[in-house]
Amino acid sequence: MRFLVMICVMAAWPLGGLAQGFAGLGTDAEGFSVPRLGTEIVFPEDHGAHPEYRIEWWYLTSNLTGADGIEYGVQWTLFRSALAPEAGEGWSAPQIWMGHAALTTPDRHFVAERLARGGIGQAGVETAPFAAWIDEWRMAGTSDISDLSLTASAPDFAYDLDLVAEGPIVRHGENGYSVKSSEGQASYYYSQPFYRVEGTLNLPEGPVEVTGGAWLDREWSSQPLSENQSGWDWFSLVLDTGERLMAFRLRETDGGQFTSGTWIAPDGTASAFGDGALTATPLSTTRVAGRDVPVQWQVELPDRGLDVTVEAMNDQAWMETSVPYWEGPVRVRGSHGGRGYLEMTGYE
Amino acid sequence: MKRRALVALLSHWKRHPLQAFALIAGLALATALWSGVQAINAEARASYDRAADVVGAPGLDRIEGPLDQQTYVALRRAGWPVSPVLEGDWQGLRLIGVDPLTAPPGNAVAVGDLEDPSAFLRPPGAVVVGPDTRIEAEVRLLRSEDVPAGVAYADIGIAQGLLGRPGAISYLVLTGPLPRGAAELGTVSPELARAPGGDGQSDVARLTDSFHLNLTAFGLLSAAVGIFIVYSAISLAFEQRRTVVRTLRALGVPLRDIVGLLAVELLGLALIAGAIGIALGYAIAAALLPDVAATLSGLYGADVPGAIRLRPVWWLSGLGIAILGTGLAATGAVLRLLRMPILETARPEAWRLRTQRTLRRMAVGGVLLLGLSAALGVAGQGLIAGFAMLASLLVGAALLLPLILDTILGLAAHPARAPLARWFWADGRQQVPGLSMALMALLLAMAANIGVSTMVSSFRLTFTGWLDQRLASELYVRAQDAGQAQDLVAWLEPRATAVLPIVSVETRIAGLPADIFGVADHPTYRDNWPLLSAVPGVWDRVAEGEGVLINEQLSRRLSLAPGDTLPEGERVLGIYSDYGNPAGQLLVGLETFRDRYPQVAARQFGVRVPPERAEALAQEITATFALGPDGVVDQAGIKAFSLRIFERTFTVTRALNVLTLAVAGFAILMSLLTLAGMRLPQLAPLWAMGVTTGRLARLELLRAVALAAVVAVLSLPLGLALAWVLLAVVNVEAFGWRLPMYLFWPDYVELWGWALVAAALAAAWPALRMARLQPGSLLRVFSQER
Repeated sequence: MRFLVMICVMAAWPLGGLAQGFAGLGTDAEGFSVPRLGTEIVFPEDHGAHPEYRIEWWYLTSNLTGADGIEYGVQWTLFRSALAPEAGEGWSAPQIWMGHAALTTPDRHFVAERLARGGIGQAGVETAPFAAWIDEWRMAGTSDISDLSLTASAPDFAYDLDLVAEGPIVRHGENGYSVKSSEGQASYYYSQPFYRVEGTLNLPEGPVEVTGGAWLDREWSSQPLSENQSGWDWFSLVLDTGERLMAFRLRETDGGQFTSGTWIAPDGTASAFGDGALTATPLSTTRVAGRDVPVQWQVELPDRGLDVTVEAMNDQAWMETSVPYWEGPVRVRGSHGGRGYLEMTGYE
Repeated sequence: MKRRALVALLSHWKRHPLQAFALIAGLALATALWSGVQAINAEARASYDRAADVVGAPGLDRIEGPLDQQTYVALRRAGWPVSPVLEGDWQGLRLIGVDPLTAPPGNAVAVGDLEDPSAFLRPPGAVVVGPDTRIEAEVRLLRSEDVPAGVAYADIGIAQGLLGRPGAISYLVLTGPLPRGAAELGTVSPELARAPGGDGQSDVARLTDSFHLNLTAFGLLSAAVGIFIVYSAISLAFEQRRTVVRTLRALGVPLRDIVGLLAVELLGLALIAGAIGIALGYAIAAALLPDVAATLSGLYGADVPGAIRLRPVWWLSGLGIAILGTGLAATGAVLRLLRMPILETARPEAWRLRTQRTLRRMAVGGVLLLGLSAALGVAGQGLIAGFAMLASLLVGAALLLPLILDTILGLAAHPARAPLARWFWADGRQQVPGLSMALMALLLAMAANIGVSTMVSSFRLTFTGWLDQRLASELYVRAQDAGQAQDLVAWLEPRATAVLPIVSVETRIAGLPADIFGVADHPTYRDNWPLLSAVPGVWDRVAEGEGVLINEQLSRRLSLAPGDTLPEGERVLGIYSDYGNPAGQLLVGLETFRDRYPQVAARQFGVRVPPERAEALAQEITATFALGPDGVVDQAGIKAFSLRIFERTFTVTRALNVLTLAVAGFAILMSLLTLAGMRLPQLAPLWAMGVTTGRLARLELLRAVALAAVVAVLSLPLGLALAWVLLAVVNVEAFGWRLPMYLFWPDYVELWGWALVAAALAAAWPALRMARLQPGSLLRVFSQER
């Protein structure tokens, strides 16, 4: 669901000729495929890369707790961006990969970034068995992605986690076809929000054993957002009831918004909610990296009796990467308790 | 009042335009030579910095060893933050292939700056060159101010294609700190080594440092000669203005104000002369830069654009030298003025014979400096010490000159009996103090000329002999790739006496770039290789892989003799001379080389063939194989090319030399002209006693030539000492080689001739004025004598 991040990456890398608007056909002007309603998502193939689509990501966030009760957040993301709709081989392959890793404690936030060319083996995704990697960062395991190990390292932090899925994969929107604007922009989007996690965080002061949960998002598309969309607020909340909520709000330049979400029952049954069914309202902002970013929210989904305050565990979870954005763990209070992750982009 | 006082002081220059000219011209010349050299240095350094900024990002460590794309990816996947670089020659440029995604931050070809990164990364790709680079190639060209001349950048994938080296990587740069738990380098590939990136300077900048220091030293020498002129002009002007100063003080102008006004006046003159000098310096630099650029590119592979830009570094330093020089030259004169009692008869002192004591004091200083020079020669280390040795040698000898001249003239006067002859010598002796500055300048200029031409000619003689030894093969061929190389060898075997592979890899020895060459065991090397020293049976032992031969540069840098071991562990079996190469070099047996670098295939070969067959064979090769440009080069071609680079290397030195000599001639002219006007009181009595002005003029001319002749003779030992220091100390420190010294008598005699001509020419005008002197002027001397 992290559309904007990738769009921004492409803006920083002015990859030329981004077709604006929805072409409405099977391919866009440059030959990239575009998502079509009714296409079945198939596993394990769709755990792998889709080079014929412009952008794609494997996006994992994890809420963790140490033995002493201290809470942590971990992010591991692999982005793929295509210059042309083909896999290719060697240096000339038109696939560009970017990795982001972050580790958030209540008072610190560590970030690392990697860039790589596809085609030479420095980064990529394989499906049998599943492996996604960039440099030494790696998310790999069984082909059904139910059992994964996850590692990332940087000069000031590292982590090594084992993930076991305790529920099914969830398709968002209409069987995985997720609409992103009233003009019809869309992506393929599924999640595995049921990971149980065990592992070790390496902090500057030493290793910490942690346990918790994780949420993997998989999304690919070729279409940027609509021209009038300026930013993005995205929530993945794991509630104490065992239910889960994915919710996003796309902000429009004229002050309007487009909201969407998926309510996930403890058994994995998904209910999609279209524009207007849920609301996300900023309650207070904080100064981060020279900008005002809303780190406290009210999220409401009246249909499910949800009315909660979502608050950043660490206000300063700023991703100082080539395209900067805010991404960090959150606590949930109100009609439901819980925790989760929040991502916000487009705050200037 | 101050304004009037200033006008009164300035009026001096109006009455003595020649002095004003000498002062400004001397200062402008000194500034010009200095700022010209600085401009060249600044231009070259700026281009090295640009080159270093692009990818070699100064200070970044490198990973070296046998590298290919798999090793690179393996390192990345082991956590090493490395970025690949491929370098090669392409279209006469150094093509540098980089991966913009992993390149260090601040990389000059950051893809974000490019309009269309996709076009840069994807075939057919694009090549980024500097604004002035011209190439004829069917690729998309992008231009960037940040790319230095002679360099082209491309994506590494595109570069591999352009260079015909798929999968190749020259080296990796380490772009940041290692992540936690990164694998040891050795576990990824045992043959890889981490090499320090140095102290933030590019290799080129380090290698060329000595060359620039050389230029700076010559610039300083020329500036010093110029300052001599300024010194004599200012001294004279101050002496002559004593009356004005006395009058002003008598009128009530405080001494403090007068000194202040004089300082303002000198500052103004320095600024005017400095500005002229900088303009001249710009012209000199613009004229010399193409040669310097060619030298740097030929000798060090450093590319410097051929145009000078107005950089604050050098024009400020030019103004600095003008002001500093004026200050230095004027200090003595101002101090004398401060000490002058107000009521002292304002008698010009210039003609008062300087006492023997002054001459002795200078001579003592000279001897001390010569002692210092000798001490530096024994105990000093490094290039700076070498130049300090040179400087103290030159200045010491110059300080000794007046006493030596005085003594010689005194001795010459002994046998003279005729009154006029005795007067001639005595008067000459009396003139020594007034002319001493100009004569010192002449001494320095001539000594520098003798020293430098001896060095250059010695070098040339050694170099040509060495080329004959080193380039023993008749033909040198270079294949486009390994496959063609095999065909070429197979084709050549029956046609040539021997085909000798030449293989090399770049490496680092003790942190500096060096090349390792593998050579076949063949009489070509055994009989000809220019070994300076070696263990017995050296070639057998090299062939058996017992050790390596190293070049003289490396042996001096690491203080290694045959029998010692390199930091990398190899045994040194011999040392050979390797002129014209700033980098270290290792020679190993071909077998050893192949064991160590199995992936390096020979693409270059020395071909032995009877000399008369060489040309025909070269033509046959060209007709049979599609080799690249310079695919076949004959011995004569390489020799001519090497000598051409050699000649250009010293063009600049020679040019500076000639300029220095010209400045010295000008100094003599100025001194004689200013002295001439003041010598009337000395000459008038002789004229009154019946010596005609024509005869007096001839005597003046003769004396100038005699003095110049004495200086010329004295300049020989000094020049040879200078040459020795250059060959045995400065060259060793700067380039890493020591050269034998040869003497070139015809050159010296010719130089003497020129010096005498210069002195005669300089004296001709004053003498002519003397010959045409109206009796009235001479008579007035008696009526006005103070």
